[in-house]
Amino acid sequence: MKNIARIVCEHPFFKDLDSDFCNLVSGCARNVRFNPGEYLFREGTDADHLYLIRYGQVALEIAVPGKPSVCFQTLHEGDLAGVSWVLPPYHWAYDARAITLTRAIAMDAHCLRKKCDDDPALGYEVLKRLLPILTSRLHATQMQVLDVYGTPEQPE
Amino acid sequence: MISDDLMVPEPVRVLRRQQELETIWTLELEPGPAGNRPCLPGQFNMLYVFGVGEVPISLSGDTGQTETLVHTVRAVGPVSRKLAALKPRDTVGLRGPFGVGWPITEGEGADLLIVAGGLGLAPLRPAIYHVLRHRERYGRVILLYGTRSPGDILYSAQLEAWSKRPDIEVYITVDHADSDWQGMVGVVPALVPTLGFDPEDTLAMVCGPEIMMRFTVNALRGAGVEDGAIYLSMERNMKCALGHCGHCQFGATFVCKDGPVLSFDRVRGLLNLKEF
Repeated sequence: MKNIARIVCEHPFFKDLDSDFCNLVSGCARNVRFNPGEYLFREGTDADHLYLIRYGQVALEIAVPGKPSVCFQTLHEGDLAGVSWVLPPYHWAYDARAITLTRAIAMDAHCLRKKCDDDPALGYEVLKRLLPILTSRLHATQMQVLDVYGTPEQPE
Repeated sequence: MISDDLMVPEPVRVLRRQQELETIWTLELEPGPAGNRPCLPGQFNMLYVFGVGEVPISLSGDTGQTETLVHTVRAVGPVSRKLAALKPRDTVGLRGPFGVGWPITEGEGADLLIVAGGLGLAPLRPAIYHVLRHRERYGRVILLYGTRSPGDILYSAQLEAWSKRPDIEVYITVDHADSDWQGMVGVVPALVPTLGFDPEDTLAMVCGPEIMMRFTVNALRGAGVEDGAIYLSMERNMKCALGHCGHCQFGATFVCKDGPVLSFDRVRGLLNLKEF
């Protein structure tokens, strides 16, 4: 059986992280599982954990008044669920719901933030790994907002 | 050659018509007297609705068979709306085929990454038919398809059938979905870094809305695919289809004659130019 530090260090988010740092952040980690339909987190609640997905599929959803929730992204093995834990006020901006059985590493956000604050080199490493995820989500949002597959009237 | 005069449309009959999505229809046309001429995946025909106008429409069927010409049309303007409304036994004017198609010969021996967005799957479908018919000539074959929502998936039955084959990897993603959808949600370029392909041995064929193609090209280049190994099918306002009128001129390139399929290194500086 793998110990938690090894699982954390093998996850793509922390892959190739300095082993001392890896051991340090692993102190904030524990294994969790979610059955289909269970929520990892709900919009507006405290962002007190981040989830490194090891197995399964998770839907990120926004509630639309009077309509069913809209899923704007699915996450899979190797992805990180949740970025709201990084910045105040540390509240989730959307729901995360397990579509299939999902196994993940839950990292205590208070614990990780404190370790990042205490050691800026670790904090910088974590931010460097977060930024590409944020950039990728920003680009995806741009495409979704532009509705590129829409059907505009065209002159012919 | 369908006619001695490439500007004169030849009347052909509609054999079958099938609704694919709310505004998208597939027409099967008789190939006409010159129906044994070769059509290549990625080429297009000019279809003329008599008394209304003429539009370029890519071949979307199996170009390996010559019994019918298949075109998938989105009704977005006065001509395409009339075209999509044609019934079996109606007559349409046909000129073509025109243009340079997908690099199906250049891609032999390589892995193929086929990326389609929305209706962009239609011009790529003939290439997929060809590749699957000659599967032994290619390495790994991956099809990425992105569209707006689960209800907007084009050729859904065909995609499902392909996804069951062991010799092609099919990934479908949608921009948004409700909770009934069990598949992937997200934009198609975001799938590129997750595939684990060998960029030095990969040829990419991309077709979709231009913004989607730009983001996809960025993802492909980020993954290490060479500019010359990325092929795009460009859509421009093609009129004569012979490179004479200049309506589809794209820098020094005439999309109708030099394209519509062009390698990215030929259009690199032009793809993000503003146009009015």
